[in-house]
Amino acid sequence: MEYFLIIISAVFVNNILLAQFLGICPFLGVSNRLSTATGMSGAVCFVITLATVVTYLVNRYLLVPFGLEFLQTIAFILVIASLVQIVEIVLKKISPSLYQALGIFLPLITTNCAVLGVAITVVSKEFTFGGAAHLMNLGEATVYAFATSLGYGLAMVLFAGLREHLASNDVPKMFRGLPIALITVSMMAMAFLGFSGMV
Amino acid sequence: MGKKISLILDGFVKNNPTFVLVLGMCPTLATTTSAMNGLSMGLATLFVLVLSNIAISAIAPMVPDKVHIPVYIVVIATFVTVLQLLMQAFVPSVYATLGLFIPLIVVNCIVLGRAEAFAGKNSVGASALDGIGVGLGFTASLVVIGLVREILGSGSAFGWKLFPGDGVLAFVMAPGAFLVLGYLMALFNKYLKK
Repeated sequence: MEYFLIIISAVFVNNILLAQFLGICPFLGVSNRLSTATGMSGAVCFVITLATVVTYLVNRYLLVPFGLEFLQTIAFILVIASLVQIVEIVLKKISPSLYQALGIFLPLITTNCAVLGVAITVVSKEFTFGGAAHLMNLGEATVYAFATSLGYGLAMVLFAGLREHLASNDVPKMFRGLPIALITVSMMAMAFLGFSGMV
Repeated sequence: MGKKISLILDGFVKNNPTFVLVLGMCPTLATTTSAMNGLSMGLATLFVLVLSNIAISAIAPMVPDKVHIPVYIVVIATFVTVLQLLMQAFVPSVYATLGLFIPLIVVNCIVLGRAEAFAGKNSVGASALDGIGVGLGFTASLVVIGLVREILGSGSAFGWKLFPGDGVLAFVMAPGAFLVLGYLMALFNKYLKK
């Protein structure tokens, strides 16, 4: 039940793109076509989940015992950057087809603030699911990270679908490109606002 | 002298990080719930931008080409940590409001973008000015967005009540952020972009 609440909350209520504003740059950058949006969502999903598990362990067993929490930002970004590199190399060897699908998006992910954002959130924010406020344990953190990235993918794919239609519409010159895209996102965010209060 | 001033002014209109380069969207949307929050976020980014530009332009000739991006990121992360500690010590309330978005300055594309596009190739002095210009341009954009959202959303400007009542709450929440940025960007395209 608790995991179910985490998932609903992370996918719909606190959608990472539309409510938390994390990872907007790649969202606006690659949502022109549905196929690239799907590829990017897959890669983000993979990296966020993996990066959160690794940074959670680094924080718990390396930074906290030695009193090095002030190095959190530096340590996390280094872990994420090297993780993305490793994932790229491993994927290339093990699953060339998956690498073909995700390959070009992987290097972009290091600077996707959603990854660092989720990693910092799970080790610093207290959650109230299932009783008293507490920091997440590893299981909850993993589920939260995975659900958050699902929410990212959902918003991204929905928006790419809208944007493909937008391209064929006659938009006033000053609104062409990003302005009309942002206004469309605003409508989507308003729709997602309807989920608030569910959890 | 004229060149120095133009380096700073470029950051406002020609290279405006928000409306022209469209970089650093996450803090732009998330922290502009009021003009004051926008200003704090802008100044925090300015701080990191200027210091990292100076440090990176100074060490750039010594950094091997292959590892320059990781080196730049570590330099930026160091200054962000310095900023975090300073803010926690001196302005804890501002730090609490901006929350997650202070450590996320590390992955703000504006900072890495300027390091890569400008500081890595130019002198320390020019890089410092470039950092000030782009940082001020970013701050100005955030204040404008914050001001519009605060006036429409809570009926006040910089905390001063302009008209009674609460305003349209949606402008302070997520949809308003996207909507205001979209309209402001359209206006910028029409009147300021050459």
